[in-house]
Amino acid sequence: MTAQGLRLEKISKTFGDFKALDGVDMTVPQGTVHAILGENGAGKTTLMNILYGLYQPDGGRILIDGVPQRITSPRRAMELGIGMIHQHLMLVETLTVVENVVLGLLGQGMRLSLAEHARKLEALAKSFGFDIDPHQEVWKLPMGMRQRVEILKVLYRDANLIILDEPTSVLAPSEVEGFLEGLRRLRAAGKTIIFISHKLDEVAAVADRVTVLRRGAVSADLAVAGTPPSEMARMMVGRDVVLTTLEKVPSKSDEVLVRIRDLKARDNRGNQALKGVSFDIRAGEILGVAGVDGNGQAELAEALTGLRQAEDGTVELSGEDVSAASVYERRHRLGISFVPEDRHGTGLVLDLPVYQNAMIRDFREAPFSSGPMLRTASARKVAEDWVNRYDVRLQSVEQPIRFLSGGNQQKLIFAREVECRPRLLVIMQPCKGLDVGAIEAVHRTVLAERERGTAILYISTELEHILSVCDRVAVMCAGRITGIISPEEATSERIGALIGGLEEEKVA
Amino acid sequence: MSWAGDISSLVDFFSTVLRLSTPIVFAALGGVLAERAGVFNVSLEGCILGGAFGAATGAYLLGTPVGGLVFGILFAFAIGCVLAGLAVGLGINQLVTRIAINILVLGLTSYLARLILGADATSTLPGFSPVEIPLLSSIPVIGPVLFNQDPLAYLMYLLVPLAYWFLYRTPWGLNVRAIGDYPVAADTVGVSVPGIRAVCVIASCVLGGLGGCYLVLCQVFVFTENMSAGKGWIALAAVILGRWNPALVFVACIFFAFSEALQLRLQFNNPDVPYQLFSMVPFVASFVALVAFAGRVRPPAAIGTKYVRGGK
Amino acid sequence: MLRAIQGIYMLRPVWAVLLSLLVGAGLIAIAGVNPGEAYAALFGGAFLDYYGLASTLAKMSPILLAGLAVIIPLRVGLLNIGAEGQIYMGGLFSSMAALLLPEMSPFVLVPLCVLAGAVGGGLWGLIPGYLKAYRGINEVIITILLNFIAINLVSYVAGGPMMQEGAPYPYSEEIREGLWLPYIMPQTDAHLGVVVGIALCVVAWFVFRFTTVGFGLGMIGKNPAAATYSGIRVRRNLVAVMYVAGAIGGLAGTFEVLGLKHRLYHLFSPGYGFDGIVVAFLAQLSPLMAPVAAFFLSGLKVGGLIMQRAVGLESTVVEAIQGLVIIFVAASLAFRFDRGNWRRFLERRRLLDTGLAGGITNNSGGKS
Repeated sequence: MTAQGLRLEKISKTFGDFKALDGVDMTVPQGTVHAILGENGAGKTTLMNILYGLYQPDGGRILIDGVPQRITSPRRAMELGIGMIHQHLMLVETLTVVENVVLGLLGQGMRLSLAEHARKLEALAKSFGFDIDPHQEVWKLPMGMRQRVEILKVLYRDANLIILDEPTSVLAPSEVEGFLEGLRRLRAAGKTIIFISHKLDEVAAVADRVTVLRRGAVSADLAVAGTPPSEMARMMVGRDVVLTTLEKVPSKSDEVLVRIRDLKARDNRGNQALKGVSFDIRAGEILGVAGVDGNGQAELAEALTGLRQAEDGTVELSGEDVSAASVYERRHRLGISFVPEDRHGTGLVLDLPVYQNAMIRDFREAPFSSGPMLRTASARKVAEDWVNRYDVRLQSVEQPIRFLSGGNQQKLIFAREVECRPRLLVIMQPCKGLDVGAIEAVHRTVLAERERGTAILYISTELEHILSVCDRVAVMCAGRITGIISPEEATSERIGALIGGLEEEKVA
Repeated sequence: MSWAGDISSLVDFFSTVLRLSTPIVFAALGGVLAERAGVFNVSLEGCILGGAFGAATGAYLLGTPVGGLVFGILFAFAIGCVLAGLAVGLGINQLVTRIAINILVLGLTSYLARLILGADATSTLPGFSPVEIPLLSSIPVIGPVLFNQDPLAYLMYLLVPLAYWFLYRTPWGLNVRAIGDYPVAADTVGVSVPGIRAVCVIASCVLGGLGGCYLVLCQVFVFTENMSAGKGWIALAAVILGRWNPALVFVACIFFAFSEALQLRLQFNNPDVPYQLFSMVPFVASFVALVAFAGRVRPPAAIGTKYVRGGK
Repeated sequence: MLRAIQGIYMLRPVWAVLLSLLVGAGLIAIAGVNPGEAYAALFGGAFLDYYGLASTLAKMSPILLAGLAVIIPLRVGLLNIGAEGQIYMGGLFSSMAALLLPEMSPFVLVPLCVLAGAVGGGLWGLIPGYLKAYRGINEVIITILLNFIAINLVSYVAGGPMMQEGAPYPYSEEIREGLWLPYIMPQTDAHLGVVVGIALCVVAWFVFRFTTVGFGLGMIGKNPAAATYSGIRVRRNLVAVMYVAGAIGGLAGTFEVLGLKHRLYHLFSPGYGFDGIVVAFLAQLSPLMAPVAAFFLSGLKVGGLIMQRAVGLESTVVEAIQGLVIIFVAASLAFRFDRGNWRRFLERRRLLDTGLAGGITNNSGGKS
């Protein structure tokens, strides 16, 4: 076996009582692309953070070119020629490209010679076929460009081993192919690449070998050539994956409950994020919204729930124009419920006990209060009832909700948003960071709500989820709906084209 | 506008502006440095006071203004170390620690001043005297205003471009700017967020302390309780108005000093009107300027937040 | 054992206070005074003597109300450094009402004066509240600037338009006796203000603990995004809270004028607004603990003066001790109690103890 490259031996890491990594072995020869596959929480990111010196392993060895190394800090990792590209891009948006690249670079002396660095950077970029303006401020660049800046950042530091953590999750489909091509060029230049993903097709397209992680341990280590993707999927999940289409009774009603016309809104920066969106949702229908993150989905959800002021357009609920209604009115009088994407930041108050989080939506109504007074005892009882019925695992409803797992937190949010019997339920990325069991529970709740006749808007970037629960799928790109289709006609080519912004005739 | 009547009165007025601006400029540069690194330095007021107290003590004990300067800087440095330890090290709420420091410094300096300076508290301390720069000082109007000043004012002339150069033209300045905006990014490329923040806080306090030194050693030559009298807060307002850019902050400080000089003139020329009506002017000016210009300004994004690696 | 540690942990502000008194003893010793004697004079004078206690209660009125004016906004995430200015505006408005309104029954006029004071302070809270909520301007710096404006404004009014003729320094005419607040301890300065302060603390506690309004406000303080999400109008609430806080600060000034000074003096508050911040942190933002903290702090101040007379020590040392108290308390609050950590720690200790008792180190028991 060649000593050149990276070797991990028996790496373990425990957080509290949770074993994140349990004796992981891995060998990555120089000049190869090595994929690491695994579900959320399988330990991929922890492993990479250990390689990059952000965490210290509790046990095991790291060998680089055959020499055991202790990677004590990111700085040390860089000295060893390891560069990391995080899932969330680590760029200071107010700085220029070259400033970001130069940030933290050693041996610069007293003067910041930006012009000289910019020249070198441009030359480097050209050698890899990247075309980039070093003096552009980062926030003005599209996501794919920013990712190139990140890659240039590590290349500029002479990294030989480049770790990419779910690099395509921020990219539009049209940008993915270019990105994969970039990886091939890096490999051709002799760089070693570790590529974390849960997207099988990308792994199949570019990787030489793949290590599959499951619950912190290696469940397979195999060559990509000759391994069918379905085999990889099975090893990742630990059982056969069937794209389960949950039992669905056909929609009963034809009543159009929600009618959105030409909705426009701006994002926090003032950019036009929603450029005129129109659709209907019938009672007892789930309309899925697919698309790459950041194409106006968040703004759509917020405009519907009143959290964001719509600039133009109308929202009608059962024929009533509710465009001007306040958040409070929408939630209480009109019966709009919302499961937000950011559980911790928006959906919950982490420091409050579980039962108080159960009353966040309706604390001004019975049974949580009467008049101006809270009814704590009855709130506890309600919360306990929900906890039982929605299978929220906890010690006590007095526990701060911070200490519940993501899945249990999400179940409580769903209980809260559904038990109030809403007419419109807006759900955004409900399965982010959840395990398979919790995802199933979430989807069962959503389908039960559909059964009850609620109009449901299900926004997600997980196409699989959307296709398995939704009645119709709207695809968003750059603030517009590029097409609405049924799951049966949703071939990956067609959806890919829509996500990429190739508009087709609207099937309203 | 009788005061603008002749040249000498004009020179007089602008020298006053410059003298009044100097302590604020020192403190405001300190504020820029700290806030660019993501630390909201509300304790500038305490730093000025601490610097002033140190300067008075040093000048009194050693009998030279240089001794005063050294003591003043040391005292402000000590305050900076305490602050850095509490806020960056222990991660205690930045605002709380800084306000606590202000209260502590106020009490401590008042107490120690009475112990150390005691009965001599009102006698004049040794200070710096103006140094005329040959040739330059003979330029009409500008010369006597700008180039017949004390050494600390010349230091201020140097510090403004130096601060600008530091922030925008050195790798360290780049680190500071990055940390104030997105500390995680800086951390992942090996820039030590707590380390740089601590250094910035300490430097910020020393700059504030220099402002205090100036008050004692170049302006009034005595130490009085609470002699900072809100200058630290005006400096903070200047930081916001100057959009965290040393050059613009300097302009904002001059603006505040101008309004202060103006109110002194008004007081002098209107002895019948209670002076408090005029002494309000700089604060009202700060207030109005903030309300008029500050709303649309984006501060460094990570300001006031504690940085925890891997934290949410 | 775990419970004992938790108990010790819960009392950490008390330990912090004791520690700062210890450091304060060092400061006292620098001056060549016996700290024991000094503290005995201080606390004996402030709490155990009839007149001393009365002075403490009289000082407690503005300090407690200012404390509440800091606590309430801080619970929704706003730092009100402006209590000082709100005190001045309260004093200004109430004394103007008392001196300028036509003569009428005290039963009408006193409430009117109190109301005027509350409105004055409330106005001074409303401005930063509005600017913060709708313009995003830092409330700390605005409230500080407003403090200076209010202080100068009162000085101007007391030294100009409302100045008593021939007064040696700026103060107004005396307010007539019918409008004075009733005293709660005969022949002393202790007036009704402190009772009102305690009553308001109880009200604040009740609102935060038992009402929907309080629940909503608490949510804004803990997670404003979640509060918006639940349909609370966050901005509007921020403004309202700052108005109420300002009004309470205004009451502090009002009672100071109507209960104690009976005139509008310039510089009549020696920084009570800042003492309010100390109270807020000592009480850990609990309205019920605020009276305890305010009582302690006022005792410290009154006792400082008594101590100065008794042992000849500068009373400014008390201000330094006060600064130490807040720093130590703030530092103590940074230590979080982690039950799990302590349990593991105790567990390890126990294992080590049994290991040592057995005299053998059991290698197989320890897992690396």
